[in-house]
Amino acid sequence: MNTIRRRTFLKGSVATGFAAVAATSGLLRPTEVLAAAWPKSAFKSKKLDKSIKNLFGSSKVTASKAIKIKAPIQAENGAVVPLSVSTTLANVTAIGVFVEKNPSPLATSVDLPGATAFYSARIKMGKTSAIHVIVKSGGKLHVAKKTIKVTVGGCGG
Amino acid sequence: MARLTKIKTRKKGGATEILVLVNHPMETGQRKNKKTKKKIPAHYIQKMFFKIDGKDVADANLGPAVSKNPLVGIRVTGVKKGATVKVTWSDNKGESGKAQTTV
Repeated sequence: MNTIRRRTFLKGSVATGFAAVAATSGLLRPTEVLAAAWPKSAFKSKKLDKSIKNLFGSSKVTASKAIKIKAPIQAENGAVVPLSVSTTLANVTAIGVFVEKNPSPLATSVDLPGATAFYSARIKMGKTSAIHVIVKSGGKLHVAKKTIKVTVGGCGG
Repeated sequence: MARLTKIKTRKKGGATEILVLVNHPMETGQRKNKKTKKKIPAHYIQKMFFKIDGKDVADANLGPAVSKNPLVGIRVTGVKKGATVKVTWSDNKGESGKAQTTV
């Protein structure tokens, strides 16, 4: 049953994909995201680096071993993938969680004006994909990746 | 419709972990109703604000790729016992909710 739903979901995402690409490409410059505004362009982006750029204003990232991603290696149910991120990097101002192969890679992000560098959430994954966690620390972007295998896709329900 | 919003706090390694659970469908807008073949409209939480004693500590952006009934956690250091934790959220349909608790 879940597989069928996933098919319809994939079909649907192709159709909506065109409209969204037209909307995001060209007209929109990397937007500066206000603290209170929901970063719509970043959430609507279909490409990973574009989404990163729309959220953080730059897609220059350096790999870092100081970021820890706690997540299952294999997720039985893609609709609920528990994930928690922590890092030993200093001055962390924001954390973004991106799922590379989701229709829109950005799953969630958080700005941390007063909290420690930790974030946890449960996310949906359409299929087996790498998760990119981007940590903004001292104005620089750091990335850590982890591949999670998904046996049943989650975005379609 | 009021949705259930729960906050739980616990000590974890010198920090206080704040966990928020919201009863919310988090509809992506890409699922279809099997009978009518119509798309189920998107309905998901976009913003979640965390405040401790009136001070902003975190500001989370959620997208449709966050699971149904989202559970979001952050950690804050130096929180005193008895401090007020306040969480507010809003979704793409203008619904919102809040919850409050003490550490």
